[in-house]
Amino acid sequence: MLELKNIDFHVPAANGEVNEIIDNLSLRLDTGKFTVITGPNGGGKSTLAKLIMGIEKPTAGRIYLDGQDITDLSIAERAKLGIGYGFQQPPRFKGLTVRRLLSLSHGSELPVDECCTYLTNVGLCSADYLNREVDTSLSGGEVKRIEIATLMARNLRLAIYDEPEAGIDLWSFTMLIKSFRSISQNRHESTIIISHQERIMQLADDIIVLADGKIKEMGPKDEIFPRLINQVNSGCSFRGGKESVKNG
Amino acid sequence: MAEMNKIDRSLLEAVADLHKVPEGAYNIRKNGESLGRSSSANIQIESKTDKPGIDIRVAPGTKNESLHIPVILTESGMHDMVYNDFYIGEDSDVLIVAGCGIHNCGDQTSQHDGIHTFHIGRGARVRYVEKHYGDGDGKGGRVLNPQTVVTMEENSHCEMEMIQIRGVDSTLRDTVATVGAGAKLVLTERLMTHGDQVAESNMTVTLDGKDAVTQVISRSIAKDDSRQVFHPCVIGNAPCRAHVQCDSIIMDHAQISSVPEIRANDSEAQLIHEAAIGKINGDQITKLMTFGMTEEEAEKVIVEGFLQ
Ligand SMILES: Nc1ncnc2c1ncn2[C@@H]1O[C@H](COP(=O)(O)OP(=O)(O)OP(=O)(O)O)[C@@H](O)[C@H]1O
Ligand SMILES: [Mg+2]
Repeated sequence: MLELKNIDFHVPAANGEVNEIIDNLSLRLDTGKFTVITGPNGGGKSTLAKLIMGIEKPTAGRIYLDGQDITDLSIAERAKLGIGYGFQQPPRFKGLTVRRLLSLSHGSELPVDECCTYLTNVGLCSADYLNREVDTSLSGGEVKRIEIATLMARNLRLAIYDEPEAGIDLWSFTMLIKSFRSISQNRHESTIIISHQERIMQLADDIIVLADGKIKEMGPKDEIFPRLINQVNSGCSFRGGKESVKNG
Repeated sequence: MAEMNKIDRSLLEAVADLHKVPEGAYNIRKNGESLGRSSSANIQIESKTDKPGIDIRVAPGTKNESLHIPVILTESGMHDMVYNDFYIGEDSDVLIVAGCGIHNCGDQTSQHDGIHTFHIGRGARVRYVEKHYGDGDGKGGRVLNPQTVVTMEENSHCEMEMIQIRGVDSTLRDTVATVGAGAKLVLTERLMTHGDQVAESNMTVTLDGKDAVTQVISRSIAKDDSRQVFHPCVIGNAPCRAHVQCDSIIMDHAQISSVPEIRANDSEAQLIHEAAIGKINGDQITKLMTFGMTEEEAEKVIVEGFLQ
């Protein structure tokens, strides 16, 4: 179970004020759940993921994994506890092959056939990619899919994918949906996917809507999803939330 | 072959991956003298008579043979200078493993200057690997100043890999090549400097015939207070193609200067250069840390990958 208690991520803004990127956010995700976090651009989704992974440190509040306070743990320590994060914009590595990166992620040298399985899961024809370098010679969608594969190559207590659909073609997307379903049942105890895609939201047990650093909605998919679609269709009420508070 | 001690063996392993006496032709040079030599039916090695060094003749049509010519220096204060001339016969195909290891425990500078001249015949294929390495805890400097001169005849193919990863205090590398029609030269350089080491590499490749091709790939990492200077220059005198790529990672208080030059004397010459210097991308470190690595481990993986 992942628990966030009164998390703030406040950074000083240029005008001397404070920017409340994440503001007094609390939530509880039960083990085994598949959660989708959605919400407008700049709402704080990636920041929240980075706070859970330890890439950013909250300015207030505590984070617990299965009852253990992990707020002061490093990224590596959290990784060893079984938290993984697939970046929204994965970095490229000159000289590191796809196979090496998958092996580094897995924690030991992966046999070829196992690498191939992970690549096939994200719709990459494995034989062509294993020995390619994860450098600028790969397309954006390819790098993104390799990033997803590095997470799928690990047994995790909590896997966080940040907009895995971004830049991915229709054919691979269908493959990806299938893989998320099976991986979340087999390798990952709990899954969080940050996404704007209806088809990914359909996979979820629960949906969280995050805007202006706050949870606007949270609950079972069947409850949240129809409401979300309605609100989006009738003009976005999530946007400008902070503005209305300030102005009001 | 003369006795080899533990230091000799570890140097030979570092520079030429040699764990035992190599197969095929070889010449092992230690402190300015030959430690062992063997010619093969197709590869003849002879001492020069006018100056230190050897002449190596690879018979035309020789296939899949290798030649090992490592040099080691273990005496502090030694200044070794050697001229090696390679005559690679037409249509042959050989692997040449050179390299120099310096073990300096003393206070005086040990230096090796190797002048390698290659005459590569028509249609021949050469792969040349040269590793430079230094160790020993003496205060004396370890200096390597290699000069490589390559002349490539029509349709020949040559790949040169020059690697200096650790322990060399000062290096000045000069590479000059002339590439004939239909011939291809691939120069790969990998360099890492640390402490207050200094490395300078000058390369001049002249593409002299129709469809001559060259590819220059330089990757380097400069750590601590070390300094590096690169000056790769490609001259196109005919319809030809060149791609020069210099990539450096800079760390700590190091300094790197990269001055690529391309010069076309023919309107059909296509010459490209790319040069980049930058520090390790923070996202790369963070990414690897999310795999459970510490910052130091992550940095090591990135550096090793970059230098392959
Ligand atoms: N370290 C930081 N310092 C200052 N501002 C930051 C920092 N990190 C994030 N922000 C800002 O916080 C806001 C939320 O960013 P975040 O990346 O979390 O949004 P997001 O919900 O993931 O958006 P998107 O859907 O576009 O990916 C943005 O306005 C961003 O510019
Ligand atoms: Mg984001």
